[in-house]
Amino acid sequence: MENLNVYAAKMTPQQEFLAGGHRACQGCAELLAVRLVAKTLGHDYIIANATGCLEIVTSSFPHSAWKVPWIHVAFENAAAVASGVEAAVKVLQRKGKYPVDRKVTILAQAGDGGTVDIGLQALSGALERGHDMIYICYDNEAYMNTGIQRSSSTPYGATTTTSPSGKADPLGQHTMKKNVVEIAAAHNIPYVATASPSFPFDLMAKVKKASETPGPAYIHCFVPCPTGWRMAPNLAVSIGRIAAESKVFPLYEIVNGEYRMTVTHKNHRPVSDYLKPQGRFRHLNDDNIAEIQQQVDKSYERLLKKVKMSSIELD
Amino acid sequence: MAKRVGIEVSLAISEAVKLAKVDAVAAYPITPQTHIVEHLSELVAEGELDAAFIPVESEHSAMSVCAGTSAAGARTYTATSSQGLALMNEILFIIPALRLPIVMTIANRALSGPISIWNDHSDIMSVRDTGWIAMFAENGQEAFDLTLQSFKIAEDHRVLLPISVNIDGFTLSHVIEPHEFLDQDEVDKFLPEYKPAVQLNPDDPVSMGTVGVPEIYAEAKKCQDEVLKGSITVIKEVFAEFAEMFGREYKVVETYRSEGAETLLMTMGSVSETAMEAIDKLQEGGRKVGLIRLRLWRPFPADELRAEMAGVKTLAVLDRAVSFGGAGGPVAGEVRSALYSIKDAPYVASFIAGLGGRDITVDDFVMMVDQAEAMAEANEIHEYKMIGVRE
Repeated sequence: MENLNVYAAKMTPQQEFLAGGHRACQGCAELLAVRLVAKTLGHDYIIANATGCLEIVTSSFPHSAWKVPWIHVAFENAAAVASGVEAAVKVLQRKGKYPVDRKVTILAQAGDGGTVDIGLQALSGALERGHDMIYICYDNEAYMNTGIQRSSSTPYGATTTTSPSGKADPLGQHTMKKNVVEIAAAHNIPYVATASPSFPFDLMAKVKKASETPGPAYIHCFVPCPTGWRMAPNLAVSIGRIAAESKVFPLYEIVNGEYRMTVTHKNHRPVSDYLKPQGRFRHLNDDNIAEIQQQVDKSYERLLKKVKMSSIELD
Repeated sequence: MAKRVGIEVSLAISEAVKLAKVDAVAAYPITPQTHIVEHLSELVAEGELDAAFIPVESEHSAMSVCAGTSAAGARTYTATSSQGLALMNEILFIIPALRLPIVMTIANRALSGPISIWNDHSDIMSVRDTGWIAMFAENGQEAFDLTLQSFKIAEDHRVLLPISVNIDGFTLSHVIEPHEFLDQDEVDKFLPEYKPAVQLNPDDPVSMGTVGVPEIYAEAKKCQDEVLKGSITVIKEVFAEFAEMFGREYKVVETYRSEGAETLLMTMGSVSETAMEAIDKLQEGGRKVGLIRLRLWRPFPADELRAEMAGVKTLAVLDRAVSFGGAGGPVAGEVRSALYSIKDAPYVASFIAGLGGRDITVDDFVMMVDQAEAMAEANEIHEYKMIGVRE
């Protein structure tokens, strides 16, 4: 259908599975993304949630924002817990002992710390074992729940409370953002994608595809955090758009190893458009910004090569 | 009808798990637990056990996967040892708080360092306060029976707590013993299908593992302790039902030739059989000595222990772990505090022996009794004595 996006908003399910009234910060893109994921997956799914912002803002006993079955065990094990739920539902359905006779989607969700650092081993184990589940990493690029400490997903040059810009060491984060999308893809799983709530229909289409794909699916979702990125809450959605438009966070998917861009832009914005509105990059000088531009161009070129090598054509 | 089978204890435990018709097993290999899970994966592969066998990438994930399977309503089993148990530690605390009735065999092994694959009780003692029911088996038959009983106890809706069945690594896990096996129909009568109180189910959604704000945390912990303490009633009920059905009697505190004894040796686990020989030898010599053995470690059977103390002047407690920097071994410490408030409490002598696979002989037990009596006589103030250490 042409101009799908014009109609897509009306086709979005009205029903909410994440209740309002949770305790997320103003302008939290993570909760926006989660709400869209919940709408997409509908009624028949179970969540295994890692410790983190999402867990604490939605589950302060005796309240819960979840209208679907939800379990939180610990920080680093969402993938393991989800794989247990998946294995159990499968075996119990086979034995006629599970009360639900429909397909039940299993979703693990965690932040970047719970995925790329402390949860990487459990994630790798679950992907390798081939459980039929979706894992979504909501990446806000630092340990926001504990007070904005750097993770291995924090980008080069960003300040956090543990990668500060100081007189002796002005740069902030020295390391490049860990590419967990590639690590997930290296497990030869059938579906891997990047997504962003700033592109809601692209995100929802990917979640739907992930749920319909047998086996493990990994979605790396970019969720701007106004609190941690030191920017105005009303910029959360637009900064996510600029991240894609400036090649900082390109939107693509890897289906059975084949790369495909899902959102493309004719003219790319300079990374400075992305960096300038954010307080965490305020200390960077022109040389730093030029270096980041180079890094971004290089990794985007590398991605495009993989897309070109893949047999799937752009649609 | 029940049949008598000569089989390695690890395999007997796996057969008990099969007879319990578990739905899910998640495990990571660690010596000396391996034979249990190897045999279970074989039973699944051969189609003799219809269960999900999830070979995870660590013990942390083993227990996390078990949390997921149990929360989804599956009867869940795992087994581990030593470092594996230590790696699970974080999740061990969460399982009873989530009221998940997982059953786990711990093939007890010393904790590193120095690294040791051999038997002692430092692993289980390090997880004493995680909120699990913990039981000790003396021999293969007990390991088999306790495994079956554990599912029934754990899954009782008055309990809904995880249970560890402790077996001494190698000295029990790897020996071949005769076992009275039970038939499937007998087990089915004893152990009905697991009916979860709550489960992860889209038609009836629940939130498990929510945030405990200061207003509710203390209440949650108090509830948890009440349930754990109360589980002793169910444990005794299940032991009684098992005895009635299969004729093998179990008590939370066992005694051996303790009538009229003025000195009691206290043990846990498989060394109790050696201790029995020591008791026989001492009684032959006219000594008023008996054996008391804790089958149940958590909840601690304080009332049942106190009930055995009439006329006892000296208690020689064997620990197979060190509470570093503390007063005596962990078991002796527990026993001292349980007996402190009773009138005419016996003198408690604390001995630590059998660390990292060091043998404990009949003579060692005789020596402990001799020393304990002499220390009691002199009312010697001591913390603990370690047996057989070369200096």
